[in-house]
Amino acid sequence: MREIVFHLLVVVCVLGGTLSMAGALIWLERRLLALWQDRYGPNRVGPFGLFQPVADAIKIFTKEDWIPPFADRAVFVAAPAVIVVTVLMSFAVVPFAPGVWVADLNVGLLFLFGMSSLGAYSLILAGWASNNKYSLIGGLRAAAQTISYEVFMGLSLMGVVMLAGSFSLRAIVEAQQGVWFCVTQFPALVVFLIAGLAETHRLPFDMPEAESELVAGFHSEYSGMKFGMFFVGEYLAITLLSALATVLFFGGWLGPVLPPLVWFVLKTGALICGIILLRASLPRLRFDQLMSLGWKILLPVALLNIVVTGAIALLGK
Amino acid sequence: MTQNASIVEDLRLRFPGTSFDPQSTRDDVPTVWVPSGKVRDVLRYLKNEVLRPYKMLFDLTAVDERCRADRPAQATGDFSVVYHLLSLDRNSDIRVKTSLDGDAPSLATITNLWPCADWYEREVWDMFGIGFEGHSNLRRILMPPTWEGHPLRKDHPARATEMGPFQLPDEKQAVEEEALRFRPEEWGMKRESENSDFMFLNLGPQHPGTHGVLRVVLQLDGERIVDAVADIGYHHRGAEKMGERQTWHTYIPYTDRIDYLGGVLNNMPYVLAIEKLAGIAVPDRAQVIRVMMCELFRIASHLVWFGTFAQDIGQMSPVFFAFNDRERILEIVQAFCGARMHPSWFRIGGVAQDLPNGWDRLVRGFLDYMPSRLAEYDKMVMQNAIVKARTVGIGDYTADEAIEWGVTGPGLRACGVEWDFRKKRPYSGYERFQFDIPTAQHGDCYDRSVVRVEEMRQSLRIVEQCLKNMPSGPYKSDHPLAMPPVKDRTMHDIETLITHFLGVTWGPVIPAGEAAVIAEASKGANAYYLISDGGTNSYRTRIRAPSFPHLQMLPKISRGFMTADILAILACIDFVLADVDR
Repeated sequence: MREIVFHLLVVVCVLGGTLSMAGALIWLERRLLALWQDRYGPNRVGPFGLFQPVADAIKIFTKEDWIPPFADRAVFVAAPAVIVVTVLMSFAVVPFAPGVWVADLNVGLLFLFGMSSLGAYSLILAGWASNNKYSLIGGLRAAAQTISYEVFMGLSLMGVVMLAGSFSLRAIVEAQQGVWFCVTQFPALVVFLIAGLAETHRLPFDMPEAESELVAGFHSEYSGMKFGMFFVGEYLAITLLSALATVLFFGGWLGPVLPPLVWFVLKTGALICGIILLRASLPRLRFDQLMSLGWKILLPVALLNIVVTGAIALLGK
Repeated sequence: MTQNASIVEDLRLRFPGTSFDPQSTRDDVPTVWVPSGKVRDVLRYLKNEVLRPYKMLFDLTAVDERCRADRPAQATGDFSVVYHLLSLDRNSDIRVKTSLDGDAPSLATITNLWPCADWYEREVWDMFGIGFEGHSNLRRILMPPTWEGHPLRKDHPARATEMGPFQLPDEKQAVEEEALRFRPEEWGMKRESENSDFMFLNLGPQHPGTHGVLRVVLQLDGERIVDAVADIGYHHRGAEKMGERQTWHTYIPYTDRIDYLGGVLNNMPYVLAIEKLAGIAVPDRAQVIRVMMCELFRIASHLVWFGTFAQDIGQMSPVFFAFNDRERILEIVQAFCGARMHPSWFRIGGVAQDLPNGWDRLVRGFLDYMPSRLAEYDKMVMQNAIVKARTVGIGDYTADEAIEWGVTGPGLRACGVEWDFRKKRPYSGYERFQFDIPTAQHGDCYDRSVVRVEEMRQSLRIVEQCLKNMPSGPYKSDHPLAMPPVKDRTMHDIETLITHFLGVTWGPVIPAGEAAVIAEASKGANAYYLISDGGTNSYRTRIRAPSFPHLQMLPKISRGFMTADILAILACIDFVLADVDR
């Protein structure tokens, strides 16, 4: 009985934690960008502008719920929900600290890939259902981008799986007791982060929205809370990417002195800040350059990494 | 003047039996009148056959001569068409004019000689109703397609109040919207190729990447640009028509708003042209103040370009840095002039006020601050691998193509042509300053950017020289036509009082004549061609804005590239829609 209550508590905390994390990230990103761009950022609502996400939420909830008359209604409404649901589902297998996880699946990593593939539907369907050329191009770019980068993301992690001997994320963290995989699997880390950024379509890989080219890409026609869902989905995806990188490469909860959960949060937070810094500094690649980067550089690197890691693992036995 | 005579002699030798009637103008540009039937042959000769040819069609415009009292003897017809050619080899211009008769005059097109004549001829058709036989697409360019009348004709009203109340019933709105529908066939485009349908993407007039109300219709095969059509005119305010309505003096604020990022850079050619017409000599101090302000505005304009250029290729931060730095310039401008973006600070014969006390401290502060920022931008943007990947080899053209299309300014210098009007034809005392003309070799987006960044450094050098060598003396000429006239003696003698009173109430009466002045603006060659009929306002104000021919090149330099590239190309043309549409 106590176990069930504990688990329910974890579920509620993870759900509440990640969603409020998305809100906090909106504030954090805007403040950090402002810091790096010689301006103030939101600093009016509450101390340091901390309640800005609340104000944003109120605004976005009270906006007119507008569906363009030319859009494919059902799909148009469903698309934003898909991204939030799939990203939230992915958090189910993330181990935050020893014993603190929603589910310890022995196919955890595969589950993640599955969810991330489903998440791609959100962008594609949004672009398609909007019945707008800019959205359509954004959706097509998203389709090509997420599908190809999933390949590299998956391949990059095979080395980690080989070293840990398991698809379970808990087992992967525990396998890093000695040395973190960011050392032994450095090429994999680079490929994973690049592919992860491309999956979350953040700068420098934000071609699906590319505001200077495609207005807002796949979500051009969205407003109000439906737009808010994409927004929340994006921030959730950043959190997920950082949490995954922490788990897979930076030893998850492992660390001296501080409690495990604190270590996990610190590492994830640092990665999130790094991702925001990337956005502040890099320009956008062109779509074909993104594709050739993936297929001509990341794919060989990931494959080579698998071969070398596999060879070492075999010889080690 | 010897050159003037010699080119006319050349023409007479080449075309015996044709009358070449020279006209004297205040700007000493050789001006010949040619019978309308011979225009194309003469222009072909000047472009292709004459020794040291006139390769650039600098401007093409018209004048409605019907109300002109002080008409040149050669202007026998109702309209004159003016071709302004420029020779880089000679560093000299020639103006070819022809006279046309009747209410629906027409002339042979020269689009087969110069591709850039396309938009110019459309503009003349739109504004004056002068047809060009053989032009493949002679339709309105600045006015809406449904417009009635030709605005720059003297019988067309200049104010909305002369036209009756505006109404837009539903039927009319439907007609207007239908008129804007894009029909690929009208532009000689196909809707599909052998194996795929093309997508027509309407980029603008409301689009975050077009820097204003520009509409570009892209013909796409996948993401590849098959062709592009630029549709302009959404920012047209009738600036040239307003020039005929305002007094010489009160038109100065309108010039500020032509290239709205250039500020006083726009005042420069306008006041210089008036001073040429009136024969006003500008005191040294005023000249140097003008140069200093122009160079500050050049940096400000390039900073806006720099920030938006980085933003257009997806880099988020530089635009904030650039606007912060620009703010420092605008604060200096504010301290000097009281206004920021549009100070309208130049006056006929000088500038509006003397520099305030402590001006040197402000300028010094900026000169100390800016170079390290530029070095930082170099690292952040110009040396960034992704920026290079996005701009090197994109939207490139050769020097010959640039001259053919009337490209001036950084766009021309990026192809290796060392051509800067501040050096080649110094005005306002530029010959006394030391600065280099930055050039690059490939004429692509990256090289155009390199040239602009280097120009900011050169402008800083010029500002520094202004700071160190600011002459003393009056900031405005004591010529009676200088505006507003010098006031310190108005209470002592009646002559000065009368001059001042008339100048302020009516405005100065500028002697009849014609003059064009070309100045190097931040975007390219900005020229004002003014015709005075001996009145208090201009008879014809022609603004040759650099952005107009530059933007016309867009389809040519964007074919074959990707959708994302067109934003880089647009950004590197560095146009302002107000400058294109006027």
